[in-house]
Amino acid sequence: MGLLTASVLAQAFALVFDPYVLWVILASAIFGLFVGAVPGLTATMATALLVPVTFFMPPVPAIASIVTATAMAIFAGDIPSCLLRMPGTPASAAYTDEAYAMTKKGQGELALGSGLWFSILGGLFGTAVLIAAAPSLAEIALKFSSFEYFWLVVLGLASAVFLAIGNPLKGVVSLLFGLLVASEGLDNPAGFPRFTFGSAELAGGLTLIPIMIGMFAVSEILRSVGRIDEPWEMAQTKIGNVLHGMWGLTKRYPWQLLRGSAVGTAIGALPGAGADIAAWMSYAISKRFSKEPEKFGTGHIEGIIEAGASNNSALAGAWIPALVFGIPGDSITAIVIGVLYIKGLNPGPTIFMNNAPAIYAVFMVFILANLLMLPLGLAAIRAAKQMLRAPREVLLPVILLFCIVGSFAINNSIFGVALMLAFGIVGYVMEENGFPIAPAILGLVLGAMLEENFISSMIKADGRLLAFFERPIAGSLGILTIVVFSVPLIRRTMAVPWRRSEK
Amino acid sequence: MRTLIAALLSLAAAPAYAQYPQRPVQLIVPWGAGGGTDATARIIGTLLEKELKQPFNVVNRTGGSGVVGHDAIAKSAPDGYTIGMITVEITMMHHVGLTPLTYKDYTPIGLVNADPAGVNVRVDSPYKSVKELLAAIKANPGKMKASGTGQGGIWHLAIAGLLKDQGIDPNALPWVPSNGAAPGLQDMVAGGVEVVPCSIPEARSMIDAGKVRALAIMDANPPALYPNVPTLKKELGTNWQIAAWRVIAAPKGIPAEAQKTLVSALKRVYDSKEYKDFMASRGFGVVWADPAGTAKFMADSDTNLGAALKAVGLAK
Repeated sequence: MGLLTASVLAQAFALVFDPYVLWVILASAIFGLFVGAVPGLTATMATALLVPVTFFMPPVPAIASIVTATAMAIFAGDIPSCLLRMPGTPASAAYTDEAYAMTKKGQGELALGSGLWFSILGGLFGTAVLIAAAPSLAEIALKFSSFEYFWLVVLGLASAVFLAIGNPLKGVVSLLFGLLVASEGLDNPAGFPRFTFGSAELAGGLTLIPIMIGMFAVSEILRSVGRIDEPWEMAQTKIGNVLHGMWGLTKRYPWQLLRGSAVGTAIGALPGAGADIAAWMSYAISKRFSKEPEKFGTGHIEGIIEAGASNNSALAGAWIPALVFGIPGDSITAIVIGVLYIKGLNPGPTIFMNNAPAIYAVFMVFILANLLMLPLGLAAIRAAKQMLRAPREVLLPVILLFCIVGSFAINNSIFGVALMLAFGIVGYVMEENGFPIAPAILGLVLGAMLEENFISSMIKADGRLLAFFERPIAGSLGILTIVVFSVPLIRRTMAVPWRRSEK
Repeated sequence: MRTLIAALLSLAAAPAYAQYPQRPVQLIVPWGAGGGTDATARIIGTLLEKELKQPFNVVNRTGGSGVVGHDAIAKSAPDGYTIGMITVEITMMHHVGLTPLTYKDYTPIGLVNADPAGVNVRVDSPYKSVKELLAAIKANPGKMKASGTGQGGIWHLAIAGLLKDQGIDPNALPWVPSNGAAPGLQDMVAGGVEVVPCSIPEARSMIDAGKVRALAIMDANPPALYPNVPTLKKELGTNWQIAAWRVIAAPKGIPAEAQKTLVSALKRVYDSKEYKDFMASRGFGVVWADPAGTAKFMADSDTNLGAALKAVGLAK
């Protein structure tokens, strides 16, 4: 850590609390809320759209605009996810079903309120770690090569088993379907066209966002259309003072909050894994260690707390390797690094010494952005929940319109819209037959990483499988993975004779 | 979003009898947001907007190792309202059979950048010069691995071509495909691979952080960022040079007037202080060629890379 003196802090303070900078932060916050709340427009896209604007700003407001907009976008993704089952950003997909189940039970306000509150706490946790331990954590993150990532991905796939409600076998089938879809296209380690039929669009692969929107939102629209004559049972119970309820939840689930924030920061700090994977992992961990795992999937707040804190803490975590080594921690910081260079804030271990006031100003912006999320987020929730009052025959076409805009915007191609509609039908058929769709989305998120890291590792090891256990971190992760996968199987085989003898 | 608005606006626009451009122009980038190509396209788009008083909307059409975006540029309406940034891959992909598209399917506007390959190793690597490194590769074929882009990507060809040039079997240094230079460098620092032959600006943050050492540059001159890094000519006496480049291009057959307007605007952008400062801050190389020069440059690139791909056994 650099020399943190009173004068550095005073300079940083002056850089942030300047009317122009504060104005930029407010404008970016509103922009971020909008982008996050519209499905298909991601936090990464918000950053890319901000880049040309930042060309003409001094360094601190330039970075501040990105920090603020992304933090808001990741929270705002929860809003359509909770109210309409339409994840605003992929980082909300892990607990979309849970939050939507709460809305259907009349607890939409509680789900959104805790999404907001625990996003803020998670974001502040990640920021604290970034400020206190960035250089040493970045050193650890740099020790991860393809062997370690391979195990991490396999561990992530294990979450699918926990995500599946009811029938784990159908969960695994859904996961494998996701992995199959992820293998399509040209972007595989060998650069070999798979199922592309000579089409350039298909060579580009089946992209996550349109599929995610289709499987979650369009399938839900199809289901609602089938029941359009039934009364809409979405009467929402008011929970009074949203924040009062949050304090109670914080006292009830402190461990979940801490664990979600820690896992999120760690996953965020690892290059190549970001807020979306963090949310999946945290949701699965939450269910695995919960005292009431049977409530998960029925509209239970616990997983939302842990995963909601996790995805926002991952945002700050991703800045750790980005600032220290110029290695992006996620797709957002990949863009940020370019902006840092343009603004003369060259990433490197010395950034904390050479540019101390600017860096501490950026840290202050992180804190400020998370605090600003409270009033703006509350206002957004208040506005958004009016949507549920709209008559269903008006709301459904509007949702579909947003689905179309989102799937088009991700790659500016009509192919995305077709993909979204096709997978809407696939998702509908799957759910009607008891196959959960969340594991399929997880398979899509992790499929490419799984293949790339496996192939890279095999090339490096000249085909020796044992190499996956030869590095200390990889070996430990490998053993952990094997334990996670085999414990349920062992329990099952042990349990069967025991049950029989009971008869 | 902006594209959508632009598309709506363009529907409402009057027929284009008046001077080009009358409505917003789309600038397609075949690579993802955040990469060097995206950043370069965005600064050029912003500056073209200032020159021609119409929005230039940067659109990322990613996927398929660049096939999707290059295809979209070549196949868009040749009216001057869709242009794109094409990259070195357009002179490589058709040799490997990934797409029938070649550089001849575009109207060149101008060459704006080229970044030569480097030879980068971990800072604690025992090899202090490219000569020592090559000797070790020759002595122990297959022991060391290299990474930094996909299979058959530009940096893969750079190092394979160098090995071939030095009479070493290119397979003596197996290639580990990666999603670009940053993951390759990260993997090298983590001890996964030994060599990353990416460009110097891509390795810059790791060089500055004391994690990576650049042994040489595959160019005529030492890099502006690190004048101490020697050229291959100086180290090995070879003329082997290779660079990734970026060209602004339009589909084939755009109106001559639109091409003329774009070329002169792009030249002014290239000469601007903003562009030069931006490229210098990122450490990206600046090179200019007019449409005729760009066409010749791409033809040379196509011949050289085709030969290199054949030499390493990747061309079909």
